[in-house]
Amino acid sequence: MKLSTNFLKDYVDVPVDAVTLGEDMTNIGNEYDYAGPLLEVSGLTIGKVLECEMHPDSDHLHVCKVDLGNEVVQIVCGAPNVRAGIKVIVSKVGAKLPGIEIKKSKIRGVESNGMICSIKELGLEHKFLKPEDIEGIAELGDDAVVGEDPLEYLGLKDEVVDFELTANRGDLLSILGMAYEVGALYGNKVKDVDLSFTEGKEDFAKNFNLNIETENCSLFYAKKVENVTIKESPTWMKNRLIASGIRPINNVVDISNYVMLELGQPLHFYDADRLGDTLTVRMAKKDEHLKTLDEQDRVLTEDDIVIADKEKAIGLAGVMGGFSTEVEEDSKNIVIESAIFNPVKIRLTSKKILRSEASNRFEKGLDYNRSLMAIKRSCNLLEKYADAKIVGGMAVYDKVSKEDKIISVTFTKIKEVLGIEISKDEILDIFNRLGFDVKFDGETYIVNVPSRRIDISIKEDLIHDIGRLYGMDNIKGKKMILDVIPGHYDKLKRAVRNKMVELGLNETLSYALIPDGEVQKYSVDEFETVKILDPMTEERNALRYSLIPSLKMVYDYNKARNQKDICIFEIGKAFYKKQGKYGEDLHLAALMTGNYKSDLYRDNVDFYVIKGVMENLLDYLGYVNYKLEVKNIPEELHPGQSASIVVDGTIVGFIGKIHPNVTKDNIFVMEINLDKLFSKDHEEMKYKEISKFPNVVKDVAFIVDKSVKSEDIENVIKSAGGKRLRSIEVFDVYTGENVAENEKSIAYTLTFNDYEKTLSDEEVTNAFNKIIKEVTNKCNAVLRDK
Amino acid sequence: MTEKIDNLIEELKKKFEDIKTLQELNDLKVSYQGKKGIITELNSGIKDVPNDEKKEYGAEVNRLRTFFNDNFSSTQKRLEDERVREKLEKETIDISLPSKRIKTGSKHPFNRIIEEVEDLFVSMGYDVIDGPELEDDEHCFRLLNYTVGHPARDAQDTFYIDEEYLLRTQTSAAQSRVMEENKEKTPIRVICPGKTYRRDDDATHSHQFGQVEGLVIDKNISLADLKGTLEIFAKKLLGEDTNVRFRPSYFPFTSPSCEVDVSCFKCGGKGCSLCKKTGWIELLGAGMVHPNVLRMGGYDPDKFTGFAFGTGLDRLAMFKYAIPDIRYMYTNDIRFLKQFDRKDDEYEIKY
Repeated sequence: MKLSTNFLKDYVDVPVDAVTLGEDMTNIGNEYDYAGPLLEVSGLTIGKVLECEMHPDSDHLHVCKVDLGNEVVQIVCGAPNVRAGIKVIVSKVGAKLPGIEIKKSKIRGVESNGMICSIKELGLEHKFLKPEDIEGIAELGDDAVVGEDPLEYLGLKDEVVDFELTANRGDLLSILGMAYEVGALYGNKVKDVDLSFTEGKEDFAKNFNLNIETENCSLFYAKKVENVTIKESPTWMKNRLIASGIRPINNVVDISNYVMLELGQPLHFYDADRLGDTLTVRMAKKDEHLKTLDEQDRVLTEDDIVIADKEKAIGLAGVMGGFSTEVEEDSKNIVIESAIFNPVKIRLTSKKILRSEASNRFEKGLDYNRSLMAIKRSCNLLEKYADAKIVGGMAVYDKVSKEDKIISVTFTKIKEVLGIEISKDEILDIFNRLGFDVKFDGETYIVNVPSRRIDISIKEDLIHDIGRLYGMDNIKGKKMILDVIPGHYDKLKRAVRNKMVELGLNETLSYALIPDGEVQKYSVDEFETVKILDPMTEERNALRYSLIPSLKMVYDYNKARNQKDICIFEIGKAFYKKQGKYGEDLHLAALMTGNYKSDLYRDNVDFYVIKGVMENLLDYLGYVNYKLEVKNIPEELHPGQSASIVVDGTIVGFIGKIHPNVTKDNIFVMEINLDKLFSKDHEEMKYKEISKFPNVVKDVAFIVDKSVKSEDIENVIKSAGGKRLRSIEVFDVYTGENVAENEKSIAYTLTFNDYEKTLSDEEVTNAFNKIIKEVTNKCNAVLRDK
Repeated sequence: MTEKIDNLIEELKKKFEDIKTLQELNDLKVSYQGKKGIITELNSGIKDVPNDEKKEYGAEVNRLRTFFNDNFSSTQKRLEDERVREKLEKETIDISLPSKRIKTGSKHPFNRIIEEVEDLFVSMGYDVIDGPELEDDEHCFRLLNYTVGHPARDAQDTFYIDEEYLLRTQTSAAQSRVMEENKEKTPIRVICPGKTYRRDDDATHSHQFGQVEGLVIDKNISLADLKGTLEIFAKKLLGEDTNVRFRPSYFPFTSPSCEVDVSCFKCGGKGCSLCKKTGWIELLGAGMVHPNVLRMGGYDPDKFTGFAFGTGLDRLAMFKYAIPDIRYMYTNDIRFLKQFDRKDDEYEIKY
């Protein structure tokens, strides 16, 4: 809301400048973006061109002698319309215009002491400029006084405050509403609006059919005026519209806008002769067409409210008028509409079609008292500035409840909610400044809230108003006394994050929205992709399930910057729709490639590195019963270097290398559904007995077929070794010289121990030999000689 | 005899000095103390010495033996020292070469801030809750007093999945969840940090961003309590000298409502480019829980009051770590990520 302070001062005294007003209003809840002069210029004066001669070295420049009142200066001017005898706007040496500072200069050898300005150069927004404002210098009237301020003369000496209002304060989208707010702020009275006019004796309503066929219209006034003269508006009115950001058109259109700015009630003026004698408010028919004011053909739906004549829609209620009944240069008779429509419907229609000054006001809610005031004020102004003859009577449809809004609030409640020490009288004073009728019995304030304050509906809203005028910043912070109850947070999620960081991975934060084509990748789960109805781009049109596509994008980004050692992880939500229901699970994903340890001693990531990360994590979380199984591997993974992660018989995720068809790079990934994992039992950290007797360590190596899995050999060793075999560790895997091509050698370190006694050589040798025998038999292995 | 021994000692002294290796030392020992060694021979020669000279002779040979033994052990020590010195010299390395340290990982600044906020509020007895990101309109809006078509919905351009489901635009959605789930309708003290989404993407906005919501419901809660709590929050995260300013504002789910500014931690309130010369930075939205919200959550607004607040996590992280552009938070350049591998500095507030 762009507030012209000149306009505001019609209705309330403003004791401060625009910047202070902006600051003070901010402190009571109305933030502003800009406060200051309408035109940010300085050093301007009215001058009279005394002499004007051609520049000796140019075919279009003129050398002028300009009288500034207290001096005559020479100015070189390039405008085509400069000539002796006219009064002009001069920016003197040292003047500041938007983007320029005027300096003494020589133009093609001729001294120039200032600049003669066009309207455009004053910094007026482009939409307000007429061709002559751009093409040449401004020619002021004979009544302009040389040496005086041209902005004053043009009526453009105004200060504006551009407010960013909150959604509840529809009442402040009017000068009058602002006047009440400013009045409350400074304790000043709001002045009356001139609503006087004379009207004829006839009854317009008698011969006019107003049909309201939808409950989305609660109030409709239609009044006719005749014989208007369409012409330019008076300068002050045009300037106020300009200061408020609205382009002046002609007096009649301008008055409708002026009244909307002043009172907050949007109006629509129809050409009465084109409208006829019937006006209907109804919902649009499906696919009904309407040509709006801007000559666009709009296709409507049953959710749009329209104004119609006997046959067809002639206006889009609350949003934009229709082309067919528009007021034009030759219009003579006018029907004024002032109405209230369902704000929700207006909002939906305007969101779809056009956001206008009118729709913005309709959707925030209107005050029924202003609807009638707006009709009267329009008549007042049309009579004065468009020579209108006001027809007596008015067509009225009114279903608005006019009950007083009485809200009670106690002194105690106010103090309790705000947590302040305030006196009963201070509160009374605030209500009075706000212009609220209030009765007070020593404890309870009974407040009759004026109809303009549509934002106030409960006592808490009244407390908010007390708070904001008391000064919310005057509230002193209190240290709360709370019951001593320990707080909790999700320690598991943090444990996972901490462990992954400890294992040397960098945590990423990527977008949950990815291209829908990526969503089903890196998963064998059955689910429906969750898509966004109205995405910003196709790159972000669906919610991810696997986090791997995101991590892969992070990898690609870094690779493109020559950063190839990437070990990253992310914890985030996986979204899905299963059996018609939406859901989300917490996932952990990791991607590892390139060098894992330090820079000089390269140790490139392979399957066993990421497997180690997984084991470290699962061990840390206390899972004991987990294993890898070669099944249910997503097709984006290498079938020979990937597996499912199985905890207590349930697949909780996968691990492996990205398929060479997807990327030629050696990238290893892992993903675990943490919600699934956390639902599994884990072992608590408890002391386990340590043997008092020394370990006996034996090494053994077997040659087996390459297809034999170490896990199988270990299982045989475990069952053959008996309870004294405490651990089995692979310390070498060898292929190459001295081992046949289709074979490999695997070497194990076996550790034996008994908790009761020191093991004898014989006992260990017996167990050891049994292991060798079993492995040789069951795994088709050969003992490898040392 | 004395002269002879003097000469032998003189000769031996030179020999010890010339010895370079343990082998030479051992050879010397053999030639003096071996079966046919000089000292051995002198020793056995005593039988040919007349009796009255035997005592002197013995004493002289002993002098030679003592000299030999003393020098033998000192030379042995000298040689061993030399050998160790040589070994150490050989083993000397270039200590300036890179270490073999294991690369450490790092936590994303977004999550670092979440953890810090969590720790602070947990220490004040708040529970941390996690609401769904794929929310429904009811919890994200309607139960928070945003009626259908409410103009305040405009500020939160929403990603809809269908008519009812959406990506939460605010962690405030967790308010309605926690009230609903608390069947006993006992007092509530929670925060909900997490991801939020809005159809908005430019230099200062990311369509995905983070918020933390706080909610306290109890008896006799006031705006002053809210301010006191947010003062602790601001001082703990941004520094002890941080001040908090309340400005009235509007949110559908609170009344009274306010915006909360903190004094600019960069310039200390004097005015700088960060605070746009105002000395203040807008940090949170807050207010007293709206009676309609309490009622919809099953709480009697005549018995309970409460406050709620919400703030952007990305901005907090950006402030704390001086990150100049929100996009860096989501680009995941490894050079960016690796910077966040240190302990955090924390502000201590004293009372």
